Amino acid sequence: MHGARIPIWFFIGLLLTIYGAMIFAHGCYEAITGDYAAGVQLTRLHAPIWWGGTLLLLGLVYLAKFRPGKSNERK
Amino acid sequence: MIDWSGHLASTLPTRLALEATPLAHLRPLDIAVIAIYFAMVLWIGFYLKGQSNTGEEFFLAGREMTAWIAGLSFVSANLGSLELMGWAGSAYQYGILATNWYWIGAIPAMIFLGLVMMPFYYVSKTHSVPGYLDLRYGGEARSVAAIAFATEMILMSGVNMFAMAVVMKVVLGWNINFSIIVSSVAVALYVGLGGLRSAIFNEVLQFVLIWGGALLVPILGLYQAGGWGGLKTRIVTNLHTDSYFHLWRDTGSFAANPMGVHWTGIVFGLGFVISFGYWTTDFLVVQRVLAAHNLRAARMAPIIGSFFKMAIPFIVILPGLLGLVLLQNPDGSRRVLVGEDVTAACSLNSAGQVMDRTACSEAMGRTNLSSAQRAKVLAGGPSAELHTYNQALPLMMVRYLGPGLLGLGITALIAGFMSGMAGNVSAFSTVWAYDIYKPLIYKNGSDSHYVLVGRLSIVIGVIVSIGAAYLVQQFHGIMDYVQALFSIFVAPLLAAILFGMFWKRATRWAGFLGLFLGILFSAGLFVWVKLDPSRLAVVALSPHAKPMAENVFRALWAFCFAAIVIVVVSLFTKPKPVAELDGLVYGATQLPTEEWVPLYKREWFWAAVVGVIFVALNILVW
Repeated sequence: MHGARIPIWFFIGLLLTIYGAMIFAHGCYEAITGDYAAGVQLTRLHAPIWWGGTLLLLGLVYLAKFRPGKSNERK
Repeated sequence: MIDWSGHLASTLPTRLALEATPLAHLRPLDIAVIAIYFAMVLWIGFYLKGQSNTGEEFFLAGREMTAWIAGLSFVSANLGSLELMGWAGSAYQYGILATNWYWIGAIPAMIFLGLVMMPFYYVSKTHSVPGYLDLRYGGEARSVAAIAFATEMILMSGVNMFAMAVVMKVVLGWNINFSIIVSSVAVALYVGLGGLRSAIFNEVLQFVLIWGGALLVPILGLYQAGGWGGLKTRIVTNLHTDSYFHLWRDTGSFAANPMGVHWTGIVFGLGFVISFGYWTTDFLVVQRVLAAHNLRAARMAPIIGSFFKMAIPFIVILPGLLGLVLLQNPDGSRRVLVGEDVTAACSLNSAGQVMDRTACSEAMGRTNLSSAQRAKVLAGGPSAELHTYNQALPLMMVRYLGPGLLGLGITALIAGFMSGMAGNVSAFSTVWAYDIYKPLIYKNGSDSHYVLVGRLSIVIGVIVSIGAAYLVQQFHGIMDYVQALFSIFVAPLLAAILFGMFWKRATRWAGFLGLFLGILFSAGLFVWVKLDPSRLAVVALSPHAKPMAENVFRALWAFCFAAIVIVVVSLFTKPKPVAELDGLVYGATQLPTEEWVPLYKREWFWAAVVGVIFVALNILVW
């Protein structure tokens, strides 16, 4: 019965994947167009690209590891 | 969340802030990030509805949580947005001294809960902390604790709701009614549907969001400041003192540190009474650990939580310190944040002019604002905005986070508020159903009847919370009293639980009277100082003591008073037979033997690791 449930880590993975993809994509757009939000500091570091990328990777790992139907640790 | 320092009341911006231009402007990408969070939260609530049918499933999440989930939820239940913003503001004012509330004010108590107290809570199979008092002392102590706790929870939920609405107004310019309605409907839906399991899932989600949304701020801030060494140099250069970087060095006297506290108050009042009271007896947090799937997981959960608790200053205290030297005015000068008293004194009229120029001028005279900035404020207009200490974290977010990332940061704040409310109403519904409704109103209902009562109590609780939120909006002074409820209640409760758990001789009437008279004593002390603030010097034993010291010393005296009552009454009344104390009291309980596990899976091993890191950190920033 427990195996059929969706673990919390899957929800977290899903959310991180979506957020990571959105932020990463916007970071790439900013880097390509040079259209940065006014007033934001250190834009040259391209934080949305590496931070969004990190969230995306982490999310994908969690999605794969805790996908429903896979035999997991409890919830 | 509950903030035992008592400074939470000051996190609510005053009129000037409410009328000012919002700190941040969200782009469509940010709005999408926030909307996705709400969709996810509601999805989780509907998904978990099918798994929350019995009383144990609804009120205790089926006691199926792993140590990691229970541990993250345990620490997350205390990680509200007001706390994040309030302590970042405190770090801006007081420096690393504020970290004491995260380290000595939490870690020893969390370890004690896991190693020593958890077996009794868990083995007794109680569903709540008032439930434990019922088993140990009887119905009188349970009723006092349950009614006080339920009242506190529902009022705190209202305060959280209002505070969230005000912060959203100040940071984003959102309508206050909109924020209250959206957050309360979302919370009522997902907790009403999924019960504690839903609240726990969302707390874990919130924990991840907070780190994902806030961790980038200190990373980028440290980079810009030139690392830790660069930050120190800049602060010493700008503020001509290094006391911002010392945790204990300046606590030898009340006058030597800006917080106006003494190390005895920090160690005994905060580190023992308030911290142990909150982390080991407040049902809001203990409920998360009771949901663990076995005793070992229940003991590991607070220890896992303590690792993360020790790390939280990195995303709370550090942004406050960085804000001291990195925040800038539009003209490039260093931005100086001020207290709520200054923004209140400099309130604007409808024409955008300062209403009382003399009071405003006097209030600004007590700050480090430059003469040019003071002149701008007195001249009025949009460039004259003052920002408060508690806006340090949102201001730092706006400084470093662009579209998408800012949405994530704001989502983390919203998630913190909502899970705070969810924690309050889920704990309220359990205590209402099992400790008030069942024993006092309707004893012989079926399990499904109490689940229905629990679901209904969540809806009613949220409605009452909305009422409380609007009450606070009308009568701002109520905030102080609502937030004082926790600090008034916690010390006598700690005395009742500790003596009940570790002294076989403690009797039924001692538990009840210690708790009841202790609450009266603590409330009396609060009112006594409220009537004449100069009496703080008596309570805190020094004329140099500041309000921050009041809560810790009041808690200390209330604990001592309750302890004396319990001991004296116990000696004059008849104790329970030892046979009836099995599973409830140390020395009268045969704890279950746990299966052998390797060293790295033992709670003692990880508690020792936490202890070593805790001591090392304190020495590092002594």
